[in-house]
Amino acid sequence: MTIAVSILPEQQLAALNSAYRKAVARKRLRLLAALAVFLAALIMSSIGAEVNLRTFFTYFGNFVSYFDRILTLDSGQRVWTNVGEWFWGLHKWLKLLGETLLISYVGTLLGAVLAFALNFFAAENTSPARWLLFTVRRLLEFARTVPGIVFALIFVIAFGLGPMAGVLAIAIHSTGALGKLFSEIVENADMKPVEGIRSTGASWLSCMRFAILPQVSAGYASYALLRFEINVREASVMGFVGAGGIGQELIVAIRKFYYSDVSAILVTVIVTVFLIDITTGWVRGRLFGKEART
Amino acid sequence: MATPVVLAAALAIFAFGLVDLDFSPSRFISGLSQLGWISMMMIPPDPGSSLPLYLKALGETLSIALLGTTLAAVLALPVSLLAARNVVPSIILRFPVRRLLDSIRGVDTLIWALVWINVVGLGPFAGVLAIAVSDFGAFGKLFSEAIEGADQRQVEGIRASGGSALHEIRFGLMPQVLPVIAGQVLYFIESNTRSATIIGIVGAGGIGLQLAEQIRVLEWQKVSFLILMILVAVAGIDFISGKLRFAIIGRRAVA
Repeated sequence: MTIAVSILPEQQLAALNSAYRKAVARKRLRLLAALAVFLAALIMSSIGAEVNLRTFFTYFGNFVSYFDRILTLDSGQRVWTNVGEWFWGLHKWLKLLGETLLISYVGTLLGAVLAFALNFFAAENTSPARWLLFTVRRLLEFARTVPGIVFALIFVIAFGLGPMAGVLAIAIHSTGALGKLFSEIVENADMKPVEGIRSTGASWLSCMRFAILPQVSAGYASYALLRFEINVREASVMGFVGAGGIGQELIVAIRKFYYSDVSAILVTVIVTVFLIDITTGWVRGRLFGKEART
Repeated sequence: MATPVVLAAALAIFAFGLVDLDFSPSRFISGLSQLGWISMMMIPPDPGSSLPLYLKALGETLSIALLGTTLAAVLALPVSLLAARNVVPSIILRFPVRRLLDSIRGVDTLIWALVWINVVGLGPFAGVLAIAVSDFGAFGKLFSEAIEGADQRQVEGIRASGGSALHEIRFGLMPQVLPVIAGQVLYFIESNTRSATIIGIVGAGGIGLQLAEQIRVLEWQKVSFLILMILVAVAGIDFISGKLRFAIIGRRAVA
């Protein structure tokens, strides 16, 4: 560091240098302290989570061999040598996958409609009353913080086993997530059109309809499509708690050690998720131009 | 595309879905009344005598989230370099890495939890590993995007002064990328607190195990207490990590 300021007299240089070193030392000390706290938290949580490296290394072979096993048919051959045998249940699985997609579609749509109905109340700039803003926000927060699968567990008891519980769980969770995103779009909207329409004596409802909605509807559609992607994944595990879809079949295969079935179902799920991601990405791109995609 | 046609198609699929998924008004109404009954039973929330057990389970959940996320971030950093266009220009090398990350991400955390339970047995350790693996896929993608978004001029400067490829990464890329990554990791710790609450449902430890059990035995007061605990814990983590994120990368960069 001496080179850069060498034109200064010796004394001044020493003072500057020591100030610099002190500043650097203080920064390093803070970083070290933060690291120490972080490490301490890690150690505490590894005790809390019963991390056992011995088990991990003893059984890590199992993890690798699990993939070996799920890629082997009952006959001992590799799965890809006999695709017909591997995907023996494809017809049934595709039907269940269709159900999964339908669950996420209906759930997302219901959630989006509910979120649409609530979002103007949850946005700072359009909410008609303070208490309404507060209540709706807490409601949405509740709906998105409680995980979807917990709602599914409860709904399975209330509505009975089957896809209906899954749909409603996804709908509620989506309402919470989309309601927040939607209201954030509304908060970013330009308020001048609203003033313009209000000055003509229009009601609150017409203000929303003619001033806000045209600005925000593209954003809504984009977020709803994104949510649909996420919900397809979520719906693929709803069956774990008996709420319909492919998850039911998957958990049975995993629990009963039908190894090649596990890999076959996983492959169909992954391929479906890919296809959905690509399609919705393409639709979003087409609807709103390239910028809106990222 | 004509808007009315698209709307009609969307509604038709919706109606078909309602029928195909066994939505009947009578079932819906009886379910709602059932739900009302359940909500009545939930009041007031009461842990009974198992409060210490629940607190321990909550601690377990937080531990799972913290450890799983950290592990995932540490593992994903080197791999994300391999998946970034400006570090590895060869598409032949990049392509398999990216598809691997995509496949890992395509499988839900709950499924990873089931796989790990087969390997290390029931308990929170399986949960840590499940979160670590599924976040590895997400982090790999996010980090590589952050790296691709970095300014190349610093890297070129280091190359011009004779630095090696590792120097380019260490002094050209990392200083730009680390704050972004730190923000993402903190955000994931938040969202993983939520994921960690549910992996217990399949037996991978934490508060989800208690929750699923109490729902199955219809102990509704305990259920509502557990849900409240989750809400409070998530709000707390949100608050802390929000503060930390602002401290690391500044308020503007977050919003």
